[in-house]
Amino acid sequence: MSAPLIWVGVPLLAAAILSAPWRPRTTAVIGGLCALSLAILAFLTPINEALRIGETSFKIEPVFRFLGRQLVLKPESKSLLVFIYGLAGLWFLGSDTAGIARRMVPLSLVITALLVAALAVQPFLYAALLIEMAILLAVPMLTPARQAPARGVIRFVIYQTLAMPFILFSGWLLSGVEASPGDLILARQSTVLLGLGFAFLLAVFPLYTWMPMLAEESQPYIFGFLQWIMPITALLFGMGFLDRYAWLRSSEQLPRILHLAGLIMTVSAGLWAAFQHRLDRILAYGVVAETGCALLSLSLGMTEGIQIIFRLLIPRAFGLAVWSLGLSVLKNDTGSLKFTSIQGATRAYPFAVGAVILAQFSMAGLPLLAGFPPRLVLWEALASNSIYGAFWFGIGLLGLFLGAIRSLAALSNSTDFAFWQSKETWRQRILLGLGIATLLLLGLFPQIVQPILLTFPLVFEHLGG
Amino acid sequence: MTTLLAWFALALLIITSTGILLSRDWRWSLAFLGMLYVGVFLLVRLYWPLGMSAAKLVTGWMAGAVLGMTRLGISVNPDPADERLPQGRPFRLLTAALAGIIISAAAPGLTEIIPGIGLPASAASLTLISMGLLNLGITSQPLPVSLGLLMILAGFEILYAAVEGSVLVAGLLAAVSLGLALTGAYLLTATESGQPE
Repeated sequence: MSAPLIWVGVPLLAAAILSAPWRPRTTAVIGGLCALSLAILAFLTPINEALRIGETSFKIEPVFRFLGRQLVLKPESKSLLVFIYGLAGLWFLGSDTAGIARRMVPLSLVITALLVAALAVQPFLYAALLIEMAILLAVPMLTPARQAPARGVIRFVIYQTLAMPFILFSGWLLSGVEASPGDLILARQSTVLLGLGFAFLLAVFPLYTWMPMLAEESQPYIFGFLQWIMPITALLFGMGFLDRYAWLRSSEQLPRILHLAGLIMTVSAGLWAAFQHRLDRILAYGVVAETGCALLSLSLGMTEGIQIIFRLLIPRAFGLAVWSLGLSVLKNDTGSLKFTSIQGATRAYPFAVGAVILAQFSMAGLPLLAGFPPRLVLWEALASNSIYGAFWFGIGLLGLFLGAIRSLAALSNSTDFAFWQSKETWRQRILLGLGIATLLLLGLFPQIVQPILLTFPLVFEHLGG
Repeated sequence: MTTLLAWFALALLIITSTGILLSRDWRWSLAFLGMLYVGVFLLVRLYWPLGMSAAKLVTGWMAGAVLGMTRLGISVNPDPADERLPQGRPFRLLTAALAGIIISAAAPGLTEIIPGIGLPASAASLTLISMGLLNLGITSQPLPVSLGLLMILAGFEILYAAVEGSVLVAGLLAAVSLGLALTGAYLLTATESGQPE
């Protein structure tokens, strides 16, 4: 028995089983429990150590060989598996509440398995191909069979697909740089290609035009899930490059480029978010700003920056889940997320509106919410490096904050007098309430996720040490 | 003989990729795609064994078949947004010619970066990538977009075949090509059966 077979093979098998026409709730529950079981298994079971159960002893091997290449899940990857499958399980359990369990769960399980395989494949360069497959599988989730594809999904496929050739080719060039480190031209060429590849993959400015379009066209919960798992995998994949190539890690230009890209993304997304008239587009700009924060963290150096990136991961996951679930509830009932369509929704959907607004404030870094502690650390670190960086980062957060205030105003203002009521179902109320509580809990007691954060950097050999 | 074949493949790829760019009838586009993969096969054969390079040909034809079978049964109305974009054949031919000038300047440089690739393969690869990008730039319909992405990927595959001979990479790239075709087919059927939100 090998670890990749369990954490890649089992979800694929579960996805095949769940493709049968089960009831939506059954699909969501089985998919969610499967992912949560994999997370618990990753937490409890040692990899590459002998285990004895009664008379039987066995060992979970870390390596699975396939067509001359390997999938490797080392013992250090356990925390990452717990994180990915644990949170994916929560997303799947919420999918029925959002009304898209059948469309989302089986494909999402395959996507999660492919992305885990992407983080495990050796040589790690091949991850680009697995990520591309995950991207293609996302299309049926984003566009239902009876809805004409709009421009967002087509741009999504184009932009994300263009990343793969750049990354694969730069990987080949990087191996050349490794062999002859003095060749500066080759180093520059490979860095440019690698940068372009990741700019497409992470939707770095100005390549994120598809993001608000896609958010507008697709179901918010699916968009939220994909924009949680895909950028995180891409970031970890990118960090794999830094871990592998010492010259890239110690490059003087790289932090500057990352700093500039991160700042532009945070500021532009914040400013755009402040002037939107649709809640789904604000979600998209929130995602862009979050990726900007990750790039800014990475620009702060390989020890401090890596720690901050990992601190951002958990609030991002919960923030996006709560935000997109709230939006799904609103969209399923009102049909549109334009400010004009959802005016006064607070009185009819207090839980959904509360979730959306608190998640927005959390992403803007409002104190006492999950997003505040990591943003504070990031802001402090930025300020110690350059006051200008900290200033512009503040402008970006201010834009997100204004977007949240405008959303609150649109959701609260109503020309008609209506009594307070809750049109959400009990399941929606419970899930949204739990999500809101988690955002507050992570804001008040950020140290509760500390144990898992400490083990994340061990995934990398040279980073964060 | 090999060199002659490589130049022949380059000529075939220039004709077919320009044909895809200029064609407005999907049947012609897919016929050009089928011929394009013959050119890709001939060039990849320079670096890979027959079996692996034949897999590339078969994958390309399967991708074309998937798109063709799907397109056969549906009627697609042009996207009004596309009509705002330049559509005329002279314009497309002009852009293709401009791309050709850039390729003729860039291809020798690429042969210096990738030792052993040869001028025909590097020029063919750049041709497919540029024509694919041009195709993506002038339309947002699922079929031409799929063809554009397949062309870009085919161009990259020629380039990558010269530096990487792994069976797994060949398999994964084939899976990605087929995945692109299936995604295109899915978007085509969705275009016909649905309305935009």
